[in-house]
Amino acid sequence: MSLRVTDLRVHYKTLKGDVRALDGVSFDVGDGEILGLAGESGCGKTTLGKSLIRMDGRMRHVGGKVELDGEELPIGDDRRMNPFRFHKVSLVPQYSMSAMNPTRKIGRMVGELLRSRGVALDQATLESRLDLVGLPREVLQRYPIELSGGMKQRMVMVISTLLDPSLLIADEITSALDVSTQKSVATALAGFRESGVVKSMVFITHDLSLTYQIADTIMVMYAGKLAEKAPAKTMVEAPRHPYTKLLIDSLPEVGVRHTERRLAGIAGSPPSLLDPPAGCRFRDRCPLAFDRCAQEPPPVEVEPGHVVACWKADA
Amino acid sequence: MRRYFGRKLLVYALTFAVAVTVNWMIPRFMPGDPVASMLARANVSQPQAVEAMRTYYTNLFGLDEPLWRQYLNFWGALFRGDFGTSIWVFPTPVSTVIMGAVPYTLGLMIPSVLLSYFVGNRIGAYAARRKLLDNTVLPVGYVLTATPYMWLAVLLAWGLGVVAGVFPVAGGYSFSIRPSLSADFLLDLLHHWVLPFFSLFLVALGGWAIGMRNMIIYELESDYSNYLSALGAPQRLIRRYAFRNAMLPQITGLALQLGVLVAGALVTEIVFAYPGLGSLILKAIQNQDFFLLQGIFLFIVLGVLIANFVIDIVYVLVDPRTRTGMAGASA
Ligand SMILES: Nc1ncnc2c1ncn2[C@@H]1O[C@H](COP(=O)(O)OP(=O)(O)OP(=O)(O)O)[C@@H](O)[C@H]1O
Ligand code: SF4
Ligand SMILES: [Mg+2]
Repeated sequence: MSLRVTDLRVHYKTLKGDVRALDGVSFDVGDGEILGLAGESGCGKTTLGKSLIRMDGRMRHVGGKVELDGEELPIGDDRRMNPFRFHKVSLVPQYSMSAMNPTRKIGRMVGELLRSRGVALDQATLESRLDLVGLPREVLQRYPIELSGGMKQRMVMVISTLLDPSLLIADEITSALDVSTQKSVATALAGFRESGVVKSMVFITHDLSLTYQIADTIMVMYAGKLAEKAPAKTMVEAPRHPYTKLLIDSLPEVGVRHTERRLAGIAGSPPSLLDPPAGCRFRDRCPLAFDRCAQEPPPVEVEPGHVVACWKADA
Repeated sequence: MRRYFGRKLLVYALTFAVAVTVNWMIPRFMPGDPVASMLARANVSQPQAVEAMRTYYTNLFGLDEPLWRQYLNFWGALFRGDFGTSIWVFPTPVSTVIMGAVPYTLGLMIPSVLLSYFVGNRIGAYAARRKLLDNTVLPVGYVLTATPYMWLAVLLAWGLGVVAGVFPVAGGYSFSIRPSLSADFLLDLLHHWVLPFFSLFLVALGGWAIGMRNMIIYELESDYSNYLSALGAPQRLIRRYAFRNAMLPQITGLALQLGVLVAGALVTEIVFAYPGLGSLILKAIQNQDFFLLQGIFLFIVLGVLIANFVIDIVYVLVDPRTRTGMAGASA
């Protein structure tokens, strides 16, 4: 098991109180596995991704733990977490378009970054990685603004994976790109796994159909909690959670052509995470809700590798 | 690159031409006879002298020639460095009078602008990283920038000059010393220079420090900083990038501030009766010395334009984005 997250709770401190953006989430990611993380806006996907590598100043690690390759990650301790970053856990951020220092030539920036982490730049590795994502070597002599959006995205992917991290987090890396570029970026990501550069990956996106194309397992979150986790095929063909069902239904012919469809079309909105109501958080919008849903449904493994948090999971 | 500078130069040349033209037009299109009113105000009592000056100025203005020729003559004279003759210290050429004052103004401005710029930026960068320093730099900075040049100058003159008696409050050097290259004179010069320099330095300092602090904080929250932090890069590297990138808008800021800085220097000179261009303007106005005033203004316009051009060049040298943008444009 590469990554194991157990009952992770991460809150945002705000003036109005704690925003419980991650409220007890558990899951595993195996060696060589790509986990697709989906769910509508605000459900805590970015929070989860950041928790695994670097929390921002307002995030608090409230409970639960994260293990990577059998070693516990000190995610709440910025300083102790630092040795793991880049070496063990790495990130392809949502903001890849602006992730590189605009006033440094890319090659020089990469060299300075590596040296600052005490690693010597291995030109051959760097070049082979550029080949892997289909970038010409001369991009190293260029400034970031001289690259197209898709090129910047791929360049950041190369930088992030230079030290062969065990876990790579990719947060919404395709949302700023057009459809054909999305495809090539997703393919490049999968290529990193294929060639063994990264062991496992958490791929965050709104776009279920894109997730379906590259992920082995899909995890759907709802309002800071896990709703359902299943192998990609199962998730699309036989979802059990009412929320997931509605999501899948709103995507005709998943994975075929409708890559631009986003999660949408479910009436109502998720509850506030500032002071979430007790019981199932999907209750207000769930067509199947009944008395028991006033209690919180625990995640249950209905079949191997298929976890659902719903009282009606068997229905 | 060449096209970029060509365009810039053209804009500066046009600005200069407009300034010169306006300068040329004002005395000619003012109601009344400029020569007569100038002579009347000049308080020259001997009739012969008045007559001599009238002839001289009428010739100089070339008032009997057609306007377009007067205009061309004006430019011609300008290129020969001929700004006319001063009334106040008749018959010294205006250019000589100006050149006597320029070293004082430059000697004040260049060190105070550069030093306040570098020190201010450094302080601002430090403030951005330390809470305690920030809590002092910010309010002090705001007070300094909000202080009018004149007011700070008066305050310093009063405090360090009149009350403490440490520095002289007026003049470029003591009346008792003849200008020469002796150590005594240079020391005296320096002594007189301290207060006006310091008041210019202080007022500008606050603005740079605040600007830099805000820019650095902005850069430290930018995406590339976040990315580097996520990859565990040390703060040293991130701050180095942030400082450099924050410096770029500050360079533009310097260009924009130049006019204000010049105005501040002129006012400060007047407060300290420092013998630079500022005091010269005052003298020219008091003595109705129109040519002198005209010459000083042209000179200042030229100086500001040249400084702006230099800053343009510096900016292109330090910001690769402008360079690549230009390469793209000319390719
Ligand atoms: N800095 C913050 N302070 C307070 N609350 C925050 C902060 N950042 C995020 N949140 C809250 O935490 C919850 C989860 O946010 P998160 O960014 O993880 O969502 P997400 O699933 O990534 O959404 P999206 O798909 O829009 O990116 C949201 O309800 C959001 O309002
Ligand atoms: S637990 Fe109840 S409310 Fe929640 S999803 Fe299942 S049926 Fe709907
Ligand atoms: Mg997000």
